[in-house]
Amino acid sequence: MSILVNKDSKVIVQGFTGKEGTFHAEQCLAYGTKIVGGVTPNKGGQVHLDKPVFNTVDEAVQTTGATVSMIFVPPAFVGDAVMEAAEAGIELAVIITEGAPVKDMQMAKAHATKHGMMTIGPNCPGVITAEECKIGIMPGMIFKKGNVGLISKSGTLTYEGANQVVKEGFGITTAVGIGGDPIIGLSYKQILPMFEADPETECIVMIGEIGGDLEIQAAALIKEQITKPVVAFIAGQTAPKGKTMGHAGAIVSGSAGTAAEKMAALEAAGVTVVVSPAEIGAAVTKAMAKISK
Amino acid sequence: MNIHEYQAKQIFKKYGLPTPKGIMVESVKDAVKAAEQLGGPIWVVKAQIHAGGRGLGGGVKLAKSLEEVETLANEILGMTLVTHQTTAEGKLVQKLYIEDGADIQSEYYLSVVLDRKLEMPIIMASTEGGMNIEDVAENTPEKIVIVPVDPAIGFQSFHGRKLAFGLGLTDKDEQKNMIRFASKLVAVYMDNDAEMIEINPLVKTGKGEFIALDGKMGFDNSALGRHPDIAEMRDLSEEDADEVEAAKYGLSYVALDGEIGCMVNGAGLAMGTMDTINHMGGTPANFLDVGGSANAETVAKGFEIILKNPKVKAIFVNIFGGIVRCDRIANGIIEATKITDVNVPVIVRLDGTNAPEAAEILKNANIANLIVGDDLGDGAAKAVAAAKGN
Repeated sequence: MSILVNKDSKVIVQGFTGKEGTFHAEQCLAYGTKIVGGVTPNKGGQVHLDKPVFNTVDEAVQTTGATVSMIFVPPAFVGDAVMEAAEAGIELAVIITEGAPVKDMQMAKAHATKHGMMTIGPNCPGVITAEECKIGIMPGMIFKKGNVGLISKSGTLTYEGANQVVKEGFGITTAVGIGGDPIIGLSYKQILPMFEADPETECIVMIGEIGGDLEIQAAALIKEQITKPVVAFIAGQTAPKGKTMGHAGAIVSGSAGTAAEKMAALEAAGVTVVVSPAEIGAAVTKAMAKISK
Repeated sequence: MNIHEYQAKQIFKKYGLPTPKGIMVESVKDAVKAAEQLGGPIWVVKAQIHAGGRGLGGGVKLAKSLEEVETLANEILGMTLVTHQTTAEGKLVQKLYIEDGADIQSEYYLSVVLDRKLEMPIIMASTEGGMNIEDVAENTPEKIVIVPVDPAIGFQSFHGRKLAFGLGLTDKDEQKNMIRFASKLVAVYMDNDAEMIEINPLVKTGKGEFIALDGKMGFDNSALGRHPDIAEMRDLSEEDADEVEAAKYGLSYVALDGEIGCMVNGAGLAMGTMDTINHMGGTPANFLDVGGSANAETVAKGFEIILKNPKVKAIFVNIFGGIVRCDRIANGIIEATKITDVNVPVIVRLDGTNAPEAAEILKNANIANLIVGDDLGDGAAKAVAAAKGN
């Protein structure tokens, strides 16, 4: 078991024939991901990486039965691509592209929600179920199969965390990079309960950052619903005060979103909070030892 | 990206939002000329810097004669303004906005900003105009009116009514004026991909009209590509020169106070590296994210920028290669040592994609001062020790 995706997930790539799309689709195929085709307008009918190319997501879904889309289109077209996927019946869109305008993401996410499509990202490394399905740009070789679920805002901290877990002799069920943009798809609040329900996941690593209050919301949810041990790190304890011009942002979120505030909330929810990402591995080992007792 | 008050008001005018007449100047002579042109009898001399709290810092003053405009322009132009939104060093005032005095009956606060939790913009307003809005939110939150505007339906009259009644406006004309003002302000926000607009104070005149006495605007950098007119308003002199230089090479750099220069890929790992250094008793000299497409040239540039800071006693390169390939970073380090005189110890930790190849490259290069870190903890510990001279 795993969450979100597995070896049977049928995946298409939007922005399939572009440079990034091609490079990473190749890597995903090599990892074993069941990529069944791709979408690039005006290249329909061609074959790319031995897979069919379609003009529209509709066509791709009807022909291949794909349920997941990996999105690599340029930033200005991300909103459009997400909404097209939602209307075509895609169930999960993983948006890798960095630099999508925030306004576009507001519209796109609202539309995705309306059509019952989940989204991950944008500006994220993607999602990987170890040794089954990689949808994104993470280096696949780090992710060995095991019993630790991982969720992170930061791409490279996802790799750092997974690498430490594996070096300690454990492995990963599924790792999800949710991205740190102002508007993101699935977040801690939705993914933590998925790990809780997944019988293979025994321990959860959660990596957050300063800014916003998603980690505070996560802390409240962990207290109520999560029985599995959670190890957390919040990046940015030493970050300088944000250079903002107005004050409106801080007031809206109702909190300054500091690392200290988030760490305290998580600790109060029973989470093991480490002060450096270098300590994630050791903390997981401790948590796993407690479970086996 | 942020812009100046005078630029925000140019945009307001385009949308028919009332603002006092004003002229931006860069010299005392032009300040007097501008005042003559505006006619008076009262003028406001305003420092143009990218920070709030200018009035309290002494950067906004009232003049009742041309002589006074000259005196004040002399005083404010070239001053270093320190407000609660600037650093302790403050900001140099290089531009002034000379503005007509306004007929003020009462002051309000009005802003439009993204609410990340609601995932849509909200209009925020208060009767406590001219005050520090953070204090209002803290002490009298009931005096803040919040109206979310779903972009799918856009601004509707009911949004405006919620605002007008929330602010206690009873006069029908005043209500209408407020609804119209808010509608145009939301249009400014949506059309231009603004991140935030803040007007503090928004004033009500004796005639019950609303005028933007101030204007702050920030924009979504990701959307600037489709707003060339806005992108042109960027004032590089308001930004840190090193940060601007770094950005040209795809590097994201922020200077800090410490002694250990950091070069890391990914913002999260960069912050995590700083946290680790700090936790081990060292102090980071900077935040530097080399981004996803690092190559020899960008890494060399990174070293150059880090080494410009005389406080730097050691450099910690911490790369977890995903898209970034470690061999490229290794070549960049070698290149950097050729271009720049790297006279401090460099601790290198490379992991992930092509890490073994990178280790081989570094080994063969035989660079003095280069110390290999086995993992994040080991690398940080070695960097802290090196900065302390051990």
